[in-house]
Amino acid sequence: MSGLVILVPVALGLGLLGLAAFFWSLRHKQFDDMDGAALRILIDEDTPLERRDDA
Amino acid sequence: MNAPAAAGIATPLPETLFSVPGMRCAGCISKLENGLAAVPGIAAARVNFTAKRVTVTHLPEMTAPDLTAAFAGLGFEAQPLGAGLVAPTGEGAQLLRYMAVAGFAAMNVMLLSVSVWSGADGATRDMFHWLSALIALPAIAYAGQPFFRSAWTALKHGRTNMDVPISIGVTLATALSLYETMTGGAHAYFDSAVMLLFFLLTGRWLDAVMRDRARDGVTALLRNTAPGALVRQADGSTLWIEAVDLRPGMVMLVAAGERIAADGEIVSGRSHVDLSLLTGESLPVLAIPGDRAQAGTINIDGPLTVRITAAGAETGIAEIARLMESAGQSRSRYVRIADRAARLYAPAVHTLALLSLIGWLLAGAGWHQALLIAAAVLIITCPCALGLAVPAAQIVASGTLMRAGVLVKDGSALERLAEADRVVFDKTGTLTLGRPQPLALEELSPLQKSLALALAETSRHPLSAALRRALVAEGVGPAYVSDIAEVPGQGVTGQWQGKTVSLGRSDDDGETLATALQIGTASPAIIRFADPLRPDAAAIVAALAGLGLPGSILSGDRPSAVDAVARTLGLNARAGLSPQDKLAAIAALKAGGARPLMVGDGLNDGPALAAGHVAMAPASASDASQNAADVVFLGDSLAPVATAVRVARATARVVQQNFAAAIAYNVIAVPLAIAGQVTPLLAALAMSGSSIIVVANALRLRGAAK
Repeated sequence: MSGLVILVPVALGLGLLGLAAFFWSLRHKQFDDMDGAALRILIDEDTPLERRDDA
Repeated sequence: MNAPAAAGIATPLPETLFSVPGMRCAGCISKLENGLAAVPGIAAARVNFTAKRVTVTHLPEMTAPDLTAAFAGLGFEAQPLGAGLVAPTGEGAQLLRYMAVAGFAAMNVMLLSVSVWSGADGATRDMFHWLSALIALPAIAYAGQPFFRSAWTALKHGRTNMDVPISIGVTLATALSLYETMTGGAHAYFDSAVMLLFFLLTGRWLDAVMRDRARDGVTALLRNTAPGALVRQADGSTLWIEAVDLRPGMVMLVAAGERIAADGEIVSGRSHVDLSLLTGESLPVLAIPGDRAQAGTINIDGPLTVRITAAGAETGIAEIARLMESAGQSRSRYVRIADRAARLYAPAVHTLALLSLIGWLLAGAGWHQALLIAAAVLIITCPCALGLAVPAAQIVASGTLMRAGVLVKDGSALERLAEADRVVFDKTGTLTLGRPQPLALEELSPLQKSLALALAETSRHPLSAALRRALVAEGVGPAYVSDIAEVPGQGVTGQWQGKTVSLGRSDDDGETLATALQIGTASPAIIRFADPLRPDAAAIVAALAGLGLPGSILSGDRPSAVDAVARTLGLNARAGLSPQDKLAAIAALKAGGARPLMVGDGLNDGPALAAGHVAMAPASASDASQNAADVVFLGDSLAPVATAVRVARATARVVQQNFAAAIAYNVIAVPLAIAGQVTPLLAALAMSGSSIIVVANALRLRGAAK
């Protein structure tokens, strides 16, 4: 029984963490351009690495 | 990447939103973002691929035409989106937040409930009930808002809707569960209340997603009416002025290829004007000083100077827009099927719950037990199937249609499309492609073809553009022609191997459009053009008739042009109609009890589109028509019209099946609830079970477009 005192808050806290993460991603427009995000990974960055530091 | 020089300025740089329908791949994203950022005056560009839009951050002195030119330099056609075209997105995102909270709470409460159902009792059960209350109460207070608000609005006006039994059921169940928890009782309905909210919110969210997605698709296609014009100032200089700020008396310069932004009189210049947006007429009309210029028409081949006589709301195009608005009001009175069902369902549910409460009180049960049973009745009857059935079926159907090239604007469009019993077509741009195509190109020699291409490439005349498209599609390469010059209204001339070559007006002005290609002094080769029927028009018209939708034509074009098409397709036709005539014809059909599906593209079809029981427009249509239509279809084929009707009917069938399933389920579950036999476990099983059945049934629509 005493295990519940720790486990229940831990379970709830993890769930809330997930909910908070979801809200964060909604607010930061992570879901605004789903198709674009899937395509952007295919873009070749042909600029040299050191140029990327200031980009 | 040389623009960030502007980054030091304190005031934020202006942002302009562009619609770029032509982006198709990952390469386009990097090409647009890197290419635009490299243009002087542009600080940054961000692509939204899903919505086919680009947000450009630029220096204040960059005007819309400058930016459009920057897009053109990269090989993309872009249209600036005015503030009015960018609809606020918010409803879907807000519903998603409610849904996430309800889903989170439902999962956690369910976890605790499972332990209770498995036999936890005494102090453990009480603690789990308290924990459930701790999670459920804030979640219900937050995620229940859309239902509580809508129910309150309905009650305030003395009406009732689906949200009233939902709100009462959820509130009652929560309050009773709280009482149970405080008194150490055995049954708490927190899980049912939260799960109910979660399922219903899922239905609402699906509905909102469908509207958002179609709207994004349509705005991406919208070709804006001229957002402004270059206006000559008193000192002779010119200044770009937005369309809303144009005033009568101003003198505007309209370049070849530009859309005219206001009504006016032509002061100087000579050019062909494409009136198809207003009249549906496929032939461009010659405009000379003294002629009227109309807003929304396109100046094709020569610069014009126009003195504005009417701007903004005074223009002829705005008059048509007003006509459309008033014609569209009849459609807003349409009651969606879920709401019609709710009108019968909500009172029935209220009565049942109230009767079981009174019945149990009379039978000698205590208030507590009677209320608990009434709450169980409300929860069991609560319309998961209704709340989820219709949106689930409609979003699956609209996804299917979207893959087939049909954008459906909202759920009610699918319902009305399934009810349509006749179809009315516009001719130009709807039954036909709306753009001229050269005929009998095979009669030209390869040399003639490559010379024609070289000349046609330099002109923006629609016949030149059509010739260029056809020749490029054949794989013809242009010959080398020097000293090319274009004379508005006459044609293009150039020098090739010491000979004068020209592509221009043909002297034999017959019924058909034609252009003459002359090489040296040889007799000219005549290239004829026609506005061809869409490739499968005849088959689709027949297919629609087979579906029980006999067709007819309402056109603004010349009777001779309309008759030819009507004969080929075997349809009745009326020609030479004004927008008002078309509107009157549709109204007469509706007065006769018909439910016409109007298919049209021009602005002259706008009022008729708005008045039709349901309306479809091709993606090549004017933006006003796309706005007035419920359904927009892509591509050169007319097949999507028949596909859309078939899918809409399949959707209507699935919705009916879902309703039947909901009724069957209630017939079994409600007597149990009234008898007081429904435990929280049974309620949870019934609710998720019926929702899964309804969603699974809706998923069958995925293959409906084939």
